[in-house]
Amino acid sequence: MPYVVVGIILGCLYALTACGLVVTYQTSGIFNFAHGAIGMFMAFTYWQLSGGWGLPWPVALLLVLLVLAPLLGAAIERLAIRPLYGASLGVTLAVTLGLLLFLLGLADAIWKPTITRRLPEILPGHQVKLFGVVVTYYEILVLVISVAAAAGLRLLFTRTRAGITMRAVVDDRDLTSRSGANPARSAQLSWALGASIAALASILIAPLQNFDQFNLTILVITGYAAAVVGRLKHLPLTVAGAMALGLLQSFAVGKLPNRWLSDVAPVLPMALLFGALVVLRPARLEAVRLKLGRDRQTMGVRPSMVLAVAFVLGSWVVGQMLSPGNLLTFGHGIVLGIVMLSLVLLTGYGGQVALCQMTFAGFGAYFMGKYGGSGGSLFGLAGAVLFPAAAGTLLALLVLRLRGIYLALSTLAFAYAMESLFFNHQLGYGGSLRVSRFVAHSQRAFLVEVSIVFALVALAVLAIKRGAFGRRLSAMNDSSIACVSLGMDVTGTKVAAFTIAAGIAGLGGAMYGGWQGIVGPNDFAMLTSLLLLLTLAVAGINVVLGATFAALYLAIAPIIERHTLANFTYLTVGLGSILLGRFPDGVAGGLSTAADRVRSLRRRENRRLDSVVAGDAVTAGFGEEVDVVGLAR
Amino acid sequence: MSVSPAELQALDIGADPAIAALEVYHLRAGYGRVEVLHGVNLVLPRGSVLALLGPNGAGKTTLLNCASGILRPTSGCVHIAGLHVNDVAPDAFARAGVCSIPEGRGVFPNLTVNENLRVFSHAGNIPYGLVQERAFTRFPRLKDRGGQMAATLSGGERQMLSMSRAFVAEPAVMLLDEISMGLAPLIVAELYDLVGQLAADGIAILLVEQFATLALKVADYAAVMRQGRIDIVGDPDEVADHLSGAYLGEMR
Repeated sequence: MPYVVVGIILGCLYALTACGLVVTYQTSGIFNFAHGAIGMFMAFTYWQLSGGWGLPWPVALLLVLLVLAPLLGAAIERLAIRPLYGASLGVTLAVTLGLLLFLLGLADAIWKPTITRRLPEILPGHQVKLFGVVVTYYEILVLVISVAAAAGLRLLFTRTRAGITMRAVVDDRDLTSRSGANPARSAQLSWALGASIAALASILIAPLQNFDQFNLTILVITGYAAAVVGRLKHLPLTVAGAMALGLLQSFAVGKLPNRWLSDVAPVLPMALLFGALVVLRPARLEAVRLKLGRDRQTMGVRPSMVLAVAFVLGSWVVGQMLSPGNLLTFGHGIVLGIVMLSLVLLTGYGGQVALCQMTFAGFGAYFMGKYGGSGGSLFGLAGAVLFPAAAGTLLALLVLRLRGIYLALSTLAFAYAMESLFFNHQLGYGGSLRVSRFVAHSQRAFLVEVSIVFALVALAVLAIKRGAFGRRLSAMNDSSIACVSLGMDVTGTKVAAFTIAAGIAGLGGAMYGGWQGIVGPNDFAMLTSLLLLLTLAVAGINVVLGATFAALYLAIAPIIERHTLANFTYLTVGLGSILLGRFPDGVAGGLSTAADRVRSLRRRENRRLDSVVAGDAVTAGFGEEVDVVGLAR
Repeated sequence: MSVSPAELQALDIGADPAIAALEVYHLRAGYGRVEVLHGVNLVLPRGSVLALLGPNGAGKTTLLNCASGILRPTSGCVHIAGLHVNDVAPDAFARAGVCSIPEGRGVFPNLTVNENLRVFSHAGNIPYGLVQERAFTRFPRLKDRGGQMAATLSGGERQMLSMSRAFVAEPAVMLLDEISMGLAPLIVAELYDLVGQLAADGIAILLVEQFATLALKVADYAAVMRQGRIDIVGDPDEVADHLSGAYLGEMR
């Protein structure tokens, strides 16, 4: 019986979170990965107002829920979400994930994690006995608020014109404005509401959990699971799912033998999400526009060779110049670059959003460390590629039918589950594994080796892109329905893409381990996978050059961070991802567009010169018109 | 000179008989780098029905999108009741009395019939009860479907639901895009009866239609559009004589 009470309370909190998610998805068509981060940020604001500055808690609470959270939500809609109208799913994913990273980095910078904080207790000490179980007033309050919120939202969506209009905007934005409603204002309202609900859920759940930034942000994942049960739109089903998850979790924690508990309890929310996604199979083969950025011409063989050699020589020179401390940071970025190359293949070319590349890298490092011997054997290196590749095949088979946000969610769940199930278990909490290096031994020599590996993998990825498999990947990214109707084996292509990408990531992981010398579970955290994906998206995810830029950025940013402000990397990458709504092609795409412009300008100069020489005014006029069209691109 | 949304809203479009309900002059518009309208001139007099005919890809829908504020013209002007409205938002158009029904998707598929009417009621200043009453008086069949998702309605019912906007918003101008698309002849005839009644009530109607004979029957004027320009304007009978040439590409 006590488990039932705890389970119901947990379920209520999950339901509240999930309802907030469903609200924004239903009313703006965007799955808000930053939902938990918004709640976390507001919970910390609430702490600042009440605990930090000593406002009475009801005043602080109302101020947060009714003023600050709606303002934050509206501001997010105005600055980050509104440019997303008509954008591809990939870009909307990157923008809300970027928001998550940005808010997390910001909260971490403002509220230093070294201090322990507690939220003021609401109704402390009061409790009552119900059906033979002791229930605190706080728990009753949570129950009442959650039920009221869920019922209120349902009424809002089905009974009020404002709520119905919010749903209408998702259905058909143009028709909503033709009917006389302002879609932008409606979306803004819904984001304000969503932020307020996120804040409420976070503040209510905070006293039951560790009050730290990451923990509160990630709690939302059980909310994701409940929202998936409700297929992201059905509120009553969502609430029912949340209740079931809450009860399941409470019984699991209460009934499982202790020696399993430490392993199972932390991954339970993730496992539930993963299970809900895989079992419920919510996404059919949908014609979703998933493209991140425009397709670019693949670099030719010769220029890519030249760039590869230049890259290796350049990093050798840089390696000679850097101090040992900076050298370590610099090489760290280049090694991560290898992992990012796997994402160019999988996400950039193939359109499969994966948030678990560092997990595969971790598998690679693990194999190299365990079986690579002290000298870094070839067997270890081969295993570091093959073992993650096998895991990649397995994951691909599990998530075969998932696309878009569902795929992103399930890979996220996989990464988080592996973090506690595999890495914490095999490497021990705060533990470590010694990983040896293949061939080169000194730090500077190994940097050259790592650069060579990066260059070779980059050339290989380019070769894949030019070949038949690359064309299949791009076709799958464009429209898997069209591929199926043409008789192309989409399943095989997807599994192969995951396998190859996991293998590349594993190789990167072996190099990572070698570079660091010692690895621990924190090296392969889910958040790092997220950082890699977003850095790459900002740099240009569908070109190998983008991975190069991203690697160099991750090599240099921490050095800047050390000298300027904390969380510089998170903040800049997060901000960059949010800006992707306005510049979906990323840095590499922007450069290539700029290059096109310069080229077309030069062509225009030449042509004008020609026509002047020929004295042919008609040609001059024609040439100009053509180039104006070229410029408009 | 452009007007603010508030000014447009305060305007009684049908008021001055001397001023046309809708005019476009030298209108150029397109999508990205592709220009679709290459300078269109057209006048829709107050209280009249204008049938806009022409082959696929002539730019008819693009013209309607410009006239309802969904697409911003690249140059030229759109006048509603004599006011320049190029930069006005589409929702302000709707509230001012321009009712545009897009081709094949004039309803919200994932909302129920009642909820659709609720959203439609943004355009007019009448209470929801009256909105329902008017819509259901005109289309009794919709009343039985009140709680049903619009996506599950038949094609004819869906078109009725979208046409019910004409009654809830009391528009002065209606822009109808291919209302007969994919519907049974009987239902099409019913819809055209309705268009005739709306015209008799004094609503100016711009009617885009592929079935020329149907549209010409209810129209006061007709225009033929081809390759982004208005080719012929005139009485329906006159235009009918030139039609096959316009569609099949024969030069006059």
